[in-house]
Amino acid sequence: MKLYDVADLAVRNLRESIFRNSLTTIGISVGVASLVAMLSLGIGLQQLASRRLQKSGLFDTVVATSRRDLRNFREQREEGPPPSDSPSLDEPALIKIAEIPGVVEAYPDIRFVTDVRFDDKPHLTMVAGIPFSARNNNDAFDGMQGSFFSSDAAAEVILQKSFAEELLGITPKPGTDTTNIAELAKPLLGKQVTMRYAERTSSPSAGAGDSAAYSVVSRERVLKIVGLTDLDPDSLRGTARARVFMPLKLALDLHIMQSNLRDTSASDSPSYTSLSVRVQNPNQVPAVEDAIKKMGFSAFSIVDAARSMRQFFAVLDGFLAIFGSLALAVASIGIVNTLVMAILERRREIGIMKAIGASDADVRGLFFAEAGAMGLVGGAVGVTLGWVIGRLINFGTNIYLERQHFPAAQIWSVPLWLVLGAIGFSVMVSLLSGLYPASRAARLDPVQALRYE
Amino acid sequence: MHTSLAVRTENVSRHYQMGAALVRAVDGISISIQAGEFVALLGASGSGKSSLLNLVAGLDSPTSGTVAVHGSNLAALSREELAKYRLHTVGMVFQSFNLIPSMSLLENVELPMRFAEVDRRERSALARQSLERVGLSGRLSHRPMELSGGEQQRASLARALINRPKLLLADEPTGNLDSRTGTEIMDLIRSFNQSLGMTVVMVTHEQTLAEKYAGRMLHLADGKLVDDTANNYDSKVLPESKQVPRPAGEIR
Repeated sequence: MKLYDVADLAVRNLRESIFRNSLTTIGISVGVASLVAMLSLGIGLQQLASRRLQKSGLFDTVVATSRRDLRNFREQREEGPPPSDSPSLDEPALIKIAEIPGVVEAYPDIRFVTDVRFDDKPHLTMVAGIPFSARNNNDAFDGMQGSFFSSDAAAEVILQKSFAEELLGITPKPGTDTTNIAELAKPLLGKQVTMRYAERTSSPSAGAGDSAAYSVVSRERVLKIVGLTDLDPDSLRGTARARVFMPLKLALDLHIMQSNLRDTSASDSPSYTSLSVRVQNPNQVPAVEDAIKKMGFSAFSIVDAARSMRQFFAVLDGFLAIFGSLALAVASIGIVNTLVMAILERRREIGIMKAIGASDADVRGLFFAEAGAMGLVGGAVGVTLGWVIGRLINFGTNIYLERQHFPAAQIWSVPLWLVLGAIGFSVMVSLLSGLYPASRAARLDPVQALRYE
Repeated sequence: MHTSLAVRTENVSRHYQMGAALVRAVDGISISIQAGEFVALLGASGSGKSSLLNLVAGLDSPTSGTVAVHGSNLAALSREELAKYRLHTVGMVFQSFNLIPSMSLLENVELPMRFAEVDRRERSALARQSLERVGLSGRLSHRPMELSGGEQQRASLARALINRPKLLLADEPTGNLDSRTGTEIMDLIRSFNQSLGMTVVMVTHEQTLAEKYAGRMLHLADGKLVDDTANNYDSKVLPESKQVPRPAGEIR
């Protein structure tokens, strides 16, 4: 038989027992829907996690440090010249690192511990400079209260939630995380803090090139609170986290004595303790790391974490797929049952078809096509159903997140490959289920079948 | 007229086990049927006439002996080749018509051509032509249950002839019909036999029907051939009142 005729007859036969075949098809749909819902959540969670982690800079940032810096606690035993002979991490080195292929930007890490006054009360804290580009690529500023710095050198600060609590004298009970950040932001946004620091200035008496000659002047700077962030934009730093953030350019221009710059005098060659090097995509991290090491600096990244995260999600998706497939397995038994019933019911019809010239292959093809058609329709309906279920779960989760004062998140994703894959899988399972009934129908003895009333 | 051999069985037997008993449905029958003959297989029920017909139709395989149709030994054919043989070489008509109830008459008649992979448009035209030939051109879209027994049997005749078989096998074609309708069907079958030279083998238990239409009568009893008589039906006068619809065109 031609393919068209097989399909035509199959659809006609399915329509003859529309109720029973619809029930079977619904069974397949439910199976496919559970598979799609499970996997769409798995994929969605994975995407959410990688988005978060990528924006946190965990996977696309290399930290370059000078080996000369004995204070560098991350110094490892590495090959290369001894620390005293290694180059200094100065402005020309920064420019060279920024030119390594794959590097998006390189900027010095400025951080210092200082006194920040609010309502005339001093608070000692770590302050960090944040590059202006973080507005777009640091996840911590996505769900923030208030706004990001208005310019690269604006006299503005963004506070970390825990510091905001300290300023307002709120101490959350240990183990609870229920302070509403929006409530915290209200009394703080637009207010001013005064930062006290020591500026290092070139000594007028010292000659040029004498980097040891400088004087220290005590200064104050009034800064406006423009934002509050819940997440930590500085998570790569481990324990040395800052709680007050200011524009990087401003931090550089202040020539702060306590900062971790080797030399912040107005002389044209400052030297940095460490640089953050942002890479275009995580795959390029090892190459950039190597290039930095070749230049004589230490380099540090956490690219392995990405791999173990992918592995975790592969296992998770596998489990979700198995649970989702269970329903489809049950549905496939339904297909076998429906088709075996159809053979009994259409026994005579099969006999007639054989008597007038249908071959075994024709009969087999017909039952196969019926199984495939149920799989196709069931798959398509199931994908739609799974999509809706996934959306509902996502919707429900976000309502819950909102109540817990968390930012909304997309925990659900149905990529095209999942749609096509699920329909394909459904057709495949249906065809497999059709194997036995189809060959049984094909082997039917026409004389027996025609005698059957 | 043709003089070549259409069907030849040699000592053909079909035995099967039914519980502890061995049933010899067909037991060593040797017959030869010339192309163009109209043969009636007669006998009481259980005499083996339908079993013999099934062997010739390629629906069943002999336990021993051979069945050859137009020179080819059916026992040597694969299942696939047997299906092809049933599709192209034989046309079958049954007592209970055996039309597929979910299909219209046109679709029923088209069905063998689907298996033969005939083009859709050609298939529809041929089926219409075939139904017209048996006088059912006004019933194309009716389902079998909406028709009388005679009309159903006409449709099943149209279906049997659609792939232009050399051999028409009829198993009690008038068994479910009243005598007047039965005569109409028999007249049709005879017209195909005479105008197209188609070989006809018909199973019946009605002696009179066989005498009236068949050129040769084979009597079976207990699976054995007991009598083989020629019947000069030409000497019998056909009633003029029986109008046989003539074929609309020559069957190719």
